[in-house]
Amino acid sequence: MNTFDREAVEDAFPLLLEGFRVTLLATVLGTLVAAVLGLAIAVAGRAPSRLVTVPVKAVMEFIRSTPLLVQLVGAAAVLTSVEPLTIGIVVLGVHYATYTSEVYRAGIDGVPKGQWEACRALSMSPRRTWQAVILPQAVRNVLPALGNYAVSMFKETPFLAVITVQEMVFEARKYGADHFAYTEAFTLAGLVFLVASYPTSLLMRKLEKRLGH
Amino acid sequence: MSDFFSTLLDEFPQVGSGLWVTLEATVLGALLALLLSFALGLAAGSRLLLVRGVSRTVVEFFRGTSLYIQLFWLYYAMPQLTGYELTPMLCGVVAFGLNYGAYGSEIVRGAINSVPRAQYEAAVALNMTPWHRMRKVILPQAWVQMIPSFTNLLIQLLKCTPLLWLISAADLMTVIQQIRDRTGESLTAYLTLLAVYFVLAYALTLLMNLLERSAKRRLGLHPGTGSLLRTRSAEPAPAAGGAR
Repeated sequence: MNTFDREAVEDAFPLLLEGFRVTLLATVLGTLVAAVLGLAIAVAGRAPSRLVTVPVKAVMEFIRSTPLLVQLVGAAAVLTSVEPLTIGIVVLGVHYATYTSEVYRAGIDGVPKGQWEACRALSMSPRRTWQAVILPQAVRNVLPALGNYAVSMFKETPFLAVITVQEMVFEARKYGADHFAYTEAFTLAGLVFLVASYPTSLLMRKLEKRLGH
Repeated sequence: MSDFFSTLLDEFPQVGSGLWVTLEATVLGALLALLLSFALGLAAGSRLLLVRGVSRTVVEFFRGTSLYIQLFWLYYAMPQLTGYELTPMLCGVVAFGLNYGAYGSEIVRGAINSVPRAQYEAAVALNMTPWHRMRKVILPQAWVQMIPSFTNLLIQLLKCTPLLWLISAADLMTVIQQIRDRTGESLTAYLTLLAVYFVLAYALTLLMNLLERSAKRRLGLHPGTGSLLRTRSAEPAPAAGGAR
């Protein structure tokens, strides 16, 4: 039994911050993938042919219902030649795209039917209908939800440590093992998560209120 | 038949015990989470500032620090700090319970707040005790609202159980990976593993739909049978912190 060692905290902190940069990078790029892919899936889900919508829905349901950790480890085991960080970002992004696509879908469903009819009446092409009329209205309200998913993703980035991405928890684990100081390393990592995620959540709530939800 | 599947059949007892560990962690974790959801959720509606404050702090703490860290903290740091060691399974159950209990308390709080104000007033007018009012009027209505969100949390909890592999509890993921190591068929192994989790998730969803149906019946609502087979709605983005 030992007590909390302040020296170990000071020692571990720079290492954790180094890892935190990778954590942030994975979160930002993963969110970007989720935001873009989610939109593509939502639009594909409204395709006129069931040959498109049914498989898309099935794949989404499958990815959403299965563990991120298994997806990550599986992808890393199969694609051995790809860099772990890339795999991590793509898998995180795809996993969360199945959630963000629902957010977009709700946004698209919220656009009044008259808007679609008006586009038809003006004989706009499908492309122009989406670009100029539907999406600008649909996407406006999804920002806070996307932000909340970004925060969730941030809290799941430690999973990347399992496939040897050297993010914050990877560093914490390494430091803990090298110096037998797991308490200090993990407590510190937990606090960094709390300090980073709580204000962001509050910010999202403010945004949500401003957009009038 | 491929190597992987024949080994899978040979090792059936082991696979079964892995599956059992996964289910046990899911069910026990969910029960602890349910208990905490109600404790923290009801405390959030207390008239005492202190009780509300404690509930808020606990919830924000466990939501804000990643589940992964909580689990590792329990497994690696707690024995160092206190000299007291939990089994891997217990670490998992406690971490899942605390983390999802914190998320669940928001569901309980929201559902209780969504019961129309007039229901409270009517119960007060009928001179019901606070306990009676909660038990007979508020909770049965709030419960129906909670179930779909609880279903989402339950599936998320199930999806976190592979973490047990990292703290050396012999769960389903551990067992399947052992078979993979022996046969070298990564793609088959992981696709099978994903398929099993998918089936488990779907089975849990069905059970929760049944529960929702019976809860609705008790309120005198009669949903059609079609509602049983529907899949989950995607969970709403987890609401951010701060009292609502």
